[in-house]
Amino acid sequence: MRRRPALRPYLLVLPALLLTCGILYPFALGLYYTLFDFSAAKPQPDLVRLHNYGTLLSQDAFWNSAWVTVLYAVGAAGAETVLGVAVALLLHRSSPVGRVLEKILILPLMIAPVIAAIIWKLMLQPSVGVVNHLLRPFGLGGVQWTDTPAGALLSSIAVDVWVYTPFVAVLALAGLRSLPGSPFEAAAVDGAGRWYTLRRLTLPMLWPYVLVAVIFRFMDSLKVFDIIYALTEGGPGDSTMVLQIRAYLEAIRFQRYSFGISYTIVLWAVVYLAAMVLVRRLGRIQRGAAEVSG
Amino acid sequence: MRRRLPGWLADAALILYFLFALFPVAWMVILSLKPADKLFSTYFSFTPTLESYRTVLGDSEGIPFTRFFVNSLVVSVGAVALSLVVGLPAAYASARWRFKGSENLMFTLLSFRFAPELTVIIPLFVLYQKLGLFDTYVGMVWVLQLVTLPLVVWIMRSYFADLTPELEQAALLDGYTRRQAFLRVALPLVGPGVAAVSLLAFIFAWNNFVFPLILTSHEAQTVTVGALSFLGGDRPRYNLTAAAALVSVVPPLLLALTIQRYLVRGLSFGAVKS
Repeated sequence: MRRRPALRPYLLVLPALLLTCGILYPFALGLYYTLFDFSAAKPQPDLVRLHNYGTLLSQDAFWNSAWVTVLYAVGAAGAETVLGVAVALLLHRSSPVGRVLEKILILPLMIAPVIAAIIWKLMLQPSVGVVNHLLRPFGLGGVQWTDTPAGALLSSIAVDVWVYTPFVAVLALAGLRSLPGSPFEAAAVDGAGRWYTLRRLTLPMLWPYVLVAVIFRFMDSLKVFDIIYALTEGGPGDSTMVLQIRAYLEAIRFQRYSFGISYTIVLWAVVYLAAMVLVRRLGRIQRGAAEVSG
Repeated sequence: MRRRLPGWLADAALILYFLFALFPVAWMVILSLKPADKLFSTYFSFTPTLESYRTVLGDSEGIPFTRFFVNSLVVSVGAVALSLVVGLPAAYASARWRFKGSENLMFTLLSFRFAPELTVIIPLFVLYQKLGLFDTYVGMVWVLQLVTLPLVVWIMRSYFADLTPELEQAALLDGYTRRQAFLRVALPLVGPGVAAVSLLAFIFAWNNFVFPLILTSHEAQTVTVGALSFLGGDRPRYNLTAAAALVSVVPPLLLALTIQRYLVRGLSFGAVKS
């Protein structure tokens, strides 16, 4: 079967590759556009080479966006990891309550993030939203959730956490169920306590599985768009102005095409590099884990 | 040191989390059943009415919601079908043969999962305007490949890799051509995988927001963008927004319930096998 280094595998991959090129072409085109001052105001653009990137990197707006994006990604991925692993551990105990709840765990994950953001936007309305209504008996009825800078960032992270915690939980639960039993039996024989077993055995063995989810969540949060678009549109001020929202405003709303695209190119470069480093490290960690447990 | 966390405490913690996870959906159901004049007055006492659903599904208020719904169906199914046609052979090839550049090729396909959508959308926007693909089904199906194709290739690759090649070899000895061995032996064996990945890809395509937001206006606009329209206007129509949001969630939820067993492998691109 493998004797003939045939053309066949290439032919089989070719259609998928062609479709991929259909995407690579606009990407290359975008990269090309950023070398010009292409905008609605300037339909006959001049070649400006790297000027767009120079302007970008010298603007406070860009660095603010970069900072907000990192805060959002670290906050969302971090909270989802902690909460997701906790939920998975609780479900793994498999009480009757847990078995029922497990079946509906993935529900928020199947709701489009933009729809989830709309739902939360309605719930977080300061005067008529249900969240403040429920908080009113505790004297907290007037919280301006999405109208203060810190509140807006925390609210959007909360929506991300609501949508994607099940993703981490589902993968962590699958990981927990595929862990070998013998180390735990040995620990039980040695009289190890629950907390000790969790910290020294369960979590370290689970980590390679959870890492897949963490990487996915971190990379995805770096390029968040829909949740912020529907919830705050980047405001108030620039407090939730993540890179993709800024790029959208520049390119589509203000029709400064080249400048908007250069935002996304910088983001793309960061995400791509991070993906390469993380995926490589993930491979090493998983191979290491396989050697230890098998 | 045999102190155990009491079971009821664990259950209580779980229930707390699930309240957080389920309350928003329950609240949408309540909002969508409220009559318009009771939206801002009392919270929990009202006579439920299906008026919001009638308005939304009846395309009133100048928003053709049923059309958006049909559009979502067409472009999602189209994207999945196209991804299967080109993705299955690619997945099979990369699982069966180690050829030069195969790993790099697969990583390139996966890397699109991590690309910021706007990087390609803006050039596509300019390109689509020129080619007449803006706000069309073809344009949407084409761009949704970005979401569905990597999913199909990566998940099906791990299904094919789990399949022992001997079955196909036996088929070849019986006089099957390679194409027949693939279509009649390998493909039926990974049938459940194909079903699961199709449904998962459909869900991802359906839930996409950025592509229809920028590359459609109203002819090919989808429900995710359409549901936002009820928030616009001079006064917020919460009940309509809630009803629209719930209606747009129905297909992915139904599918998710049917493929629950296969979801883990799909979500993790086969990285966690269970």
